[in-house]
Amino acid sequence: MKDFNYHSAKDSKEASKLSSSNSAFLAGGMTTIPSMKLGLASYKDLIDIKNIKKLSGIKVSGKSVTIGATTKHVEVANSKDVKKTIPSLANLAEGIGDPQVRNRGTIGGSVANNDPSADYPSACIALNATIHTNDRKIEASKFFKGMFETALKKGELIEAIEFQIPEKSSYQKHPNPASRYAVVGVYVAKHKKDVNVAVTGAKPCVYNDKDLSKALSNSFSSLSIQNMELDSSDMNSDIHASAEYRASLVVTQAKKAVDAC
Amino acid sequence: MASLVGSRVERKEDKRFLTGKGRYTSDINLANQTYAIFVRSPHARAKIKKLDISKAQKSSGVVSILTGSEIAEDKIGGLIAGWAIRSEDGTEMKCPANPPLAKDIVNFVGDPVAVVIAESLEEAKVAAEKVSVDYKVLKAVTSTADAMDGDTIHEGIDKNLCFDWLLGDRQKVKEAFEKADKVISIDIINNRLIPNAMEPRACLADYNSASEEITLYTTSQNPHLSRLIMSAFGNVSPEHKLRVVAPDVGGGFGSKINVYNEDIVCSWAAKKINRAIKWVAERSESFLTDIHGRDHVTHAELAVTNDGKFLGFKNETIANLGAYARVFGTVTPTYLFGPCATGVYEIPAAYSNVKAVFTNTAPVDAYRGAGRPEATYTIERLVEKASMELGIDKTELRMKNFPTAFPFKQTLVHTVDSGDYVAGMEKAKQMADYNGYEARRKDSESRGKLRGIGVSSYFEACGIAPSAAVMSLGCGVGLWESAEVRFNPTGQVTVYTGSHSHGQSHQTTFAQIAADELGVPIENIDIVHGDTDKGTFGMGTYGSRSLTVGGIAIVNACKKIVEKGKRVTAKMLEASPEDVEFKDGEFIVAKSNKKKTIGEIAFACYLPGVRDEMKSPLPEGEEPGLKETAFFDPSNFSFPAGTHIAEVEIDPETGEVKLEKYTACDDFGRIINPMIVEGQVHGGLAQGIGQALYENAEYDETGQLMTGSYMDYTMPRADNFPEFNIGYTCTHATTNPLGVKGCGEAGAIAAPPTVMNAVIDALGGQEITMPATAEKVWKACKNLKKSNSKAA
Repeated sequence: MKDFNYHSAKDSKEASKLSSSNSAFLAGGMTTIPSMKLGLASYKDLIDIKNIKKLSGIKVSGKSVTIGATTKHVEVANSKDVKKTIPSLANLAEGIGDPQVRNRGTIGGSVANNDPSADYPSACIALNATIHTNDRKIEASKFFKGMFETALKKGELIEAIEFQIPEKSSYQKHPNPASRYAVVGVYVAKHKKDVNVAVTGAKPCVYNDKDLSKALSNSFSSLSIQNMELDSSDMNSDIHASAEYRASLVVTQAKKAVDAC
Repeated sequence: MASLVGSRVERKEDKRFLTGKGRYTSDINLANQTYAIFVRSPHARAKIKKLDISKAQKSSGVVSILTGSEIAEDKIGGLIAGWAIRSEDGTEMKCPANPPLAKDIVNFVGDPVAVVIAESLEEAKVAAEKVSVDYKVLKAVTSTADAMDGDTIHEGIDKNLCFDWLLGDRQKVKEAFEKADKVISIDIINNRLIPNAMEPRACLADYNSASEEITLYTTSQNPHLSRLIMSAFGNVSPEHKLRVVAPDVGGGFGSKINVYNEDIVCSWAAKKINRAIKWVAERSESFLTDIHGRDHVTHAELAVTNDGKFLGFKNETIANLGAYARVFGTVTPTYLFGPCATGVYEIPAAYSNVKAVFTNTAPVDAYRGAGRPEATYTIERLVEKASMELGIDKTELRMKNFPTAFPFKQTLVHTVDSGDYVAGMEKAKQMADYNGYEARRKDSESRGKLRGIGVSSYFEACGIAPSAAVMSLGCGVGLWESAEVRFNPTGQVTVYTGSHSHGQSHQTTFAQIAADELGVPIENIDIVHGDTDKGTFGMGTYGSRSLTVGGIAIVNACKKIVEKGKRVTAKMLEASPEDVEFKDGEFIVAKSNKKKTIGEIAFACYLPGVRDEMKSPLPEGEEPGLKETAFFDPSNFSFPAGTHIAEVEIDPETGEVKLEKYTACDDFGRIINPMIVEGQVHGGLAQGIGQALYENAEYDETGQLMTGSYMDYTMPRADNFPEFNIGYTCTHATTNPLGVKGCGEAGAIAAPPTVMNAVIDALGGQEITMPATAEKVWKACKNLKKSNSKAA
C-alpha cells in the first residue's frame, strides 16, 4: 500500500471540501482498503466519514425507511424497524460477506461502489429507493450507471438511502460458492401499483428486469414466470457461470423470491 | 493403570494453540533480521532477455539483490525429484534442472527470478517493483491432455514426456479382455487441486559466522530431509553446519514435504550477507507456487463377465507434473497410483500405464492421498458404471469381487496383510440405512428434487516401506523412522520423534503410546520433534506414516528401555533378569513382592551409587543413563480400507448439489485415540468432498492461474457438509506390534468417487467431471429432462 493522507471529516461539508480528483471517501473500507493493498487503486487522500454522526442510523416514516450512509450491514440486519417494515432488506444485509465484513461494511459504501455482484444495489432498484447526497436526491433508477459507475459526481457524498416500503418483498441470492458474492441475486418487491424485479450479478450493472416485472405485475405468482426464457446475450460470463446459466438463474431466483413473499 | 491407547485423551497441544501461543515460523524474529521479497515471473513460459537491478539497488533500505546468475556462480544446486522412474522401454526418466532462481528461462507463473533483501518488508516490496525484467514470451503448454503435442518446454525432453511407465502385463490383460462378456470403459479427469494449508509457507534463515552454521526455520513436514537435500544436492552447507527447525506448522497436506526455492535462496543468501533473512508467503504466492495436487487425464477399462466377475483392468493415464519434477512428483502418479488402481478387488490381470508430462504450470506433487485418490477414483467410477451396465446392485457387485482371504495378494504389487472388506461393506450399509434409500429418493422426488446414492470401497497403501523395496523402485532415500526415548533422572520422559506434527496431534497420540509402554503418567511425557539438532534423523510426516512407522519406532525404543530396566532391577534386587516382569511402570521380581518403579530405575541409572558403599545398581558392563534409540523399518506398507456411502439431493432448477448424508466405515486397525482419528477422517472427507464438488485449479491457455484467490478457488466450508456418520471395523495390522494402520488420507481417497457416484446416480448415469459445480449439474439436469421427455 502506498502512502496517503488520512483525514477525518466532522461533517459532510468538510468531507466534500477535502475531496479532490485523487481522493476517496472511507467508510467501512471493505472495498477501498483491499483494492489499495492489491495495488488496484491508489489515492492521495482518504477522507474518513465514519465520525460524522448524522450519516448513521435508521429512521422509519409511514411509507419509507431511511438508512444513513455509514450504517453498517450488521445494524440493518439486526434492526427491529427494518425487520418489521422490510424484512427482506434485513435478510439481504445478513447475507452480505462474512461477520467481519458485516461489522465494518456500510450501506453507503456498497451503493457508491456499485459492484456488479453486490447485494444492496438490487434493493435500491426493487424498493424504488432515493439516494440522498450532500447535494441532491437521486432516484435509484437513475443512479446506477454501469459497472462500478454511478451518478455521483466528484466530491458528492451519499448521506442516506430512502427505501419505499413495499407490500411484499424477497431477495434470493445464488451465491458464488467461493466468494459468496451473488452469481445472481434477484430482489422482488410488490408495491401497490407494480412489481419490481431487480437483478444483480447477471449483467455488468444492476437492472430492473422489465419482462419479469411486467409478468409479475399482471399476476403475482411464480407460475406466471416459470417458463420464461431470458435473453442472455448481454449477461456476464466467467469461470463460475456462463451467460446462459445466469439467465436461467434469474428466472429461478425470481420464482423463489415470489414464492417466499 | 488403565491403558491410554484407545481412549479419547484430550489434545495436549490444544491449550497452546487455542490461546494463541503456538510458535510458527513467522512468529520467530531475530535481532537485525532482513526481509526478502521474491521477484516472480508473470509469464508461464519466457526467456529472460535482460534482468536489470540497478534501479532497485538504489531503492531505500535495500541490503542485497540476488539473481540466478549468483546462484549459478556459487554452484547452488536446484530442486530435485526424489524418485527415479523408469519407462516401459527401460529408459530413465528425463527431468530438467530446476535452479532456485531462474536464470535464462521461466517455466510457470510464479517462478522466481530474483530476491530482494531489505531492512524492512515495505522497502523490500518497493524495491522488488523496481527490478526490471525483459522477457521474450513463448507459447505456453498448459493442457495435460495435449502436453505431448505442445512446444518442447525443456530442451532435450521430447514431447514434454518425463516417462512412459508401465506396471503390469499387457499380454495377460489382452487375453483377459478377450474372454470378457463386456468391457466397461470410462474417460475421467482428476482435477487439479491447491493444498491451501492454513499457514502459508515461510522461512527464516540465520547465519552464525562464529560457528559457521546456518539455522533455517521453515514450514516443513520433514526438516531432516530438507537438510539432507539442501546439503547433498543444494550445496548450501555441509549437513553438520546446517540446522533445520520446523516448529509449529499449520497444515501441510503434502505441500510442505518439498524443499522450496525460498528455503535454499534464503539459507544461501543469509550466509552471503551475514544477516538473518525472513520470508513469509502471501496467500497469492501460496496459490501460485505451493505444489499442486492430482491433475490426471485417464482412460480406463474393466473386463467383466455378465454375472459380474471382474477379469481384467487397465488404465492409460496422462499425469501432469507441472513445470518441474519435485520430491514426490514422479512417484505420486506411478507407485502410489498404479498399484492401487485395481482397488479392493480380485482381478486376475491388470496394467497401469502412466505418461508423465511437463507443462507450464506450478509443479504437481503429493497432496493428501497422493496417487491413491486418483487410483480409487478410477476403479470406483468404473465399478459403479459396471453396476449400472450389468444391472447388479452396486454393493453386491463389489462384494462379489472382494477378496475373502488375507493376506490378499493384490494384482499388481501389494500383499495386503489384513482386512475384512465384506464386514466393512455390511456395516457401512447398515450405518447408511442403504436399504431404506428408495423411500428417501421418493421423498426427494415428491419435492421436485433428484436424489442419488453413491458407494465406494477403497484400500490404500500408506506408510511406504520397507526401505530396500522403495529404494529398489527408485526412491532416493529409505523410508524408516527413528525415535529416541530419554528419561530424566527424576523420571520424566522426553521422546524425540523423526515424524513431524503439523496438525496430526503427535504430542498426544505418541505420548499415549509411550505412557502405556513405560507406565509413566502422560503429563510426564514430552514429545519433541521438528529440529535437526534435537534428534538423530527423521524422515518426517506424509503418506499416513507417522503412527505406523514413527509410532512403532517409539514402541521399540520404549521396549529397549524396559529391557535395560529389567537388567538393572535384577541387579538391584538380586534376581535374574528373566524373572523380572514389567507392568504399569513397575519392575516386579516374579513370585516375590520385590519391585522397583521405572522412576527408581531411571534415578539409579543416572546416579549409580550409594554413600559409604562401593556398590553400583548397574550390572557389570551396563552403561549409566537411560536413553534408547530405535530405527524402525516396517516389513510392508499399511493397508487401511473401508466403504463410504453418500447421498446427494440435486435441485434441477439451479443444479445445486446438497450432500445429504455421508457415511464412512473405515478399518484403521487398532485406534490409539478415537477423537483424533475422527478429526483426521473429518479433515480428509472435507478435502475429498471439496475435490468432488468445489475445488478446481484452473489455468487459462496462456498459463495464468484463473483461480488464484479465495474469490475464485472454492474452499469448502462447514455449511457445505452434513454431520458425518463415522464408524469403524477393526482388523489389526499384522506388520507392526501395535496393529495400527494409517488414517490421515482415507477421507480424501474415498470421498471423491463416493460423492461423484452419488451425483452421477442422481443424474441417471450421465458422466460429469469434478468438481460437480452447480452449472455442470444444471446442464446435465436439462439433458435428463430432454431425454425423459423423449422417452415419454
